[in-house]
Amino acid sequence: MSLRATPRHGDSSLRSIAALAMVVGLVAAACGSDDAASTTSAPIADSVTLVTYDSFPEADTSLNDALADFTAETGIDVEILVAGDTGTMLSKASLTAGNPEGDVMWGIDNSLLSRAIDDEIFEPYVATPIADGSVDIDPEFLELVPNDEATPVDYGDVCVNYDIGWFAERDLEPPSSFADLADPAYAGMLVVQNPATSSPGLAFVLATIHEYGLEGWQDYWSQLGANGVEVVEGWTQAYYERFTWAGGGPTPMVVSYGSSPPAEVIFADPPRDDAATGVVEDTCFRQIEFAGVLRGTDAPDAARLLVDFLVSERFQQELALNLFVYPTNEAVALPQEFVDFAVVPDVSRSLDPTLIDTERSTWIDQWTELVLG
Amino acid sequence: MNRLPRWLLVALAAGPVAGLLIFYAWPFVILVVEAVTEESIRDTLGRSSTWEVVWFTAWQAVVSTVVTIAVGLTPAYVLARYEFRGRTVLVGLLTAMFVLPTVVMGAAFLALLPESLDRTVVAVIAAHVVFNLAVVVRVVGSLWEHLPTDMEAAAATLGASRWKVATQISLPLVRPAVTAAATIVFLFTFTSYGVIRILAAPGTRTIEVEVWRRATQLGDVGGAAVLALLQLAALVAIVSWSTIAQRRHAQAIGLLPTSARRRPRTAGERRFVTLVAAVVSAVAAAPLVALVVRSFSTPTGWSTTAWTDLGRAEIRPGIRIGIDPVDAIGNSLTNAAWATLFAVVVGALASLAIAAAGRAGRALDGGLMLPLATSAVTIGFGMLITFDTAPVDWRASWWLVPVGHALIAVPFVVRTCVGVLRSVDPTMSDAAATLGASPVRAWRATVVPYLWRPLAVGAVLAASISLGEFGATSFLSRSGGETMPIAIEQLLGRTGSLLQAQGFALATLLAATTVILVVLVERLQTPLTRQPER
Repeated sequence: MSLRATPRHGDSSLRSIAALAMVVGLVAAACGSDDAASTTSAPIADSVTLVTYDSFPEADTSLNDALADFTAETGIDVEILVAGDTGTMLSKASLTAGNPEGDVMWGIDNSLLSRAIDDEIFEPYVATPIADGSVDIDPEFLELVPNDEATPVDYGDVCVNYDIGWFAERDLEPPSSFADLADPAYAGMLVVQNPATSSPGLAFVLATIHEYGLEGWQDYWSQLGANGVEVVEGWTQAYYERFTWAGGGPTPMVVSYGSSPPAEVIFADPPRDDAATGVVEDTCFRQIEFAGVLRGTDAPDAARLLVDFLVSERFQQELALNLFVYPTNEAVALPQEFVDFAVVPDVSRSLDPTLIDTERSTWIDQWTELVLG
Repeated sequence: MNRLPRWLLVALAAGPVAGLLIFYAWPFVILVVEAVTEESIRDTLGRSSTWEVVWFTAWQAVVSTVVTIAVGLTPAYVLARYEFRGRTVLVGLLTAMFVLPTVVMGAAFLALLPESLDRTVVAVIAAHVVFNLAVVVRVVGSLWEHLPTDMEAAAATLGASRWKVATQISLPLVRPAVTAAATIVFLFTFTSYGVIRILAAPGTRTIEVEVWRRATQLGDVGGAAVLALLQLAALVAIVSWSTIAQRRHAQAIGLLPTSARRRPRTAGERRFVTLVAAVVSAVAAAPLVALVVRSFSTPTGWSTTAWTDLGRAEIRPGIRIGIDPVDAIGNSLTNAAWATLFAVVVGALASLAIAAAGRAGRALDGGLMLPLATSAVTIGFGMLITFDTAPVDWRASWWLVPVGHALIAVPFVVRTCVGVLRSVDPTMSDAAATLGASPVRAWRATVVPYLWRPLAVGAVLAASISLGEFGATSFLSRSGGETMPIAIEQLLGRTGSLLQAQGFALATLLAATTVILVVLVERLQTPLTRQPER
């Protein structure tokens, strides 16, 4: 069903050669100022475009400072091109596979990875520092890209969050498992997102499939439905309208991120130093994000250098406080708020990306029938 | 009526036609050719959910349009006919409704609606009515304020009741403008996206939402394109009907060169105007007040930090969020300026051509409406794969976003202008011809001067559309600049009470910017409307 990538745009190699020839001169001129030119002996582009999703900051954050350091080091400018939410970004990349909008893409997650690979949007490449072992990452992440399809750059979890104060006031123990969520003691206390239109909503459904299996998850959702689970379209509506803590709504539990509690502390107004929200660890589903060199790029060498930089300590240390995800580079320490308030579950749930890709539509349809029908 | 020479019509229409072909028809056709397969057609048409979506889309649009027109005519009349203190601000408030990002309006709406109506079709229709009130008020009002009042006065003198005057004299006279407004409202509600996603029950979809979902969330661009074609076909049928109807009902009336607005005279008139103004103000102001309130509220009480910290580089020690409201306002205004320029130039040329030409004019009129009827995702994706190789390697160009906005704004400019131009009394140009003027000269002297006032209204609508536009902008890749609606979405899409409050603060700023813009243009256009008197 998905639109297959067809190389209708013709061979872009001629164009890339011409572009490369052109930039050789430019780089020599542009990089004369510092020692950058000497480190790049091969002819290399003087600018790369990083295509990314819309929550990636375009300017003025420490993440952008890190990218400026990359420019200072290599002489390669990084332009950021925002392509929409992750799904939109991937659809655009599939349509333009072979003649991409930019050179490097950041942020394809594991539920979309399989489609990205099928549509051949990436040129197979795993960051050299990971391949040569100078950067350590969890081998589980690399198992998702057995043929070096892309580079795992960050991860996070989608989990049920709860309003600590609300439960404390009622002397009620917050739930600790999926089974609890279907327990009448917690009736009408959970708001989730529609998996058809929301990525955390889909992750939560995938987590229940992981827990109850391909045969049992529908039953579980019938129970959740009977227990008064509320469904809204998107994260913003769930979190800011229905959640007791953030939206003054009626629902003390919401599907959100494992990193939401530290974000609530960091961006609290007025400032606070204790957590207002907590996470039901057992419900967490792992989202792993990948970056890769876009196939057909005019600047493959510069693009690879940027991907290498994206897993470096310099860049990875900025991820937590800017994108609220965890760095894959294991040498990077987390900020204190994350150590104190974030939950990185010992056992995180995940499903095979290929299975997700082939079944996603069917699961969403079944879920819609069951929960909204 | 003396006809304009063919060369002039061709010259007028050339620009609009070229723009439409290059930036709309070509990308859309490329996408359809690229993505649609026999399989995607069979899958889409064979799915029962497709037809449920089509049915829901159609009936909610019909109901929303009828209610919007019914509700909007009275305020349109009052705002067009009576001068009273705060009139322009009220028009500005109504326009702000039309402009605010749906995510923001949705939140404000939910705060105001009783819980029992949350996420029901009633909420959707109510939101459509409030959003589109500005369309009725502006489009119908721009004709109404130029209608001579003597016929109404005569009828009243002859003993007709106020109701009879309204239904038998006033309404038939503005009927072309009503049809025009209804067409736009229908197009807008038929292709409704944000309101549905925020206010409708989960799983309720219009075709537009389903196109977005298929294209972006499921990667089924083929299925999305088939649905987009279906949507287009349905709307083309309706718009052609409306265009024909509008032409049939167009009546030559001796329009007044200046507006017929006056202060209410009798006590009854004063009561009527006050009542209508009060109700409209309440409806328009309530969501805005809700916005302001939310910009000051946090989970633990009231705070002004969102405002004092707005645009501060370090929102917390060592943390910058990279959203600069001043930059966002700047980007939005720059985009709006270009989009308005494009839309006004294209819209003015097109309106003059449409009003003067026969069947070809009607075709152009309908053609310019097509972008409104076409899903934004498909145009965005089409541009992406069309403008990707030299010499049209434009996909990273800064001007693609304002061009996208202009595509949506042109029909508004045309709708506000054509109704007025068509109503210009042809005897005037006949008189000019009798006095020896060439057809072109007569046209310049008698028709063109009527363009400025509706064009100014159209320009404000275009600027407002660009300021608030979110859908198309989000489907065109861009670098170096967030617009206000996008910055607002960004803030409301993240965890943290401060960020949420800042999102609402920014939304308040966007509303304020719009109101100021409208009031400024209302003030500015008074000298413009004097032109015909010279």
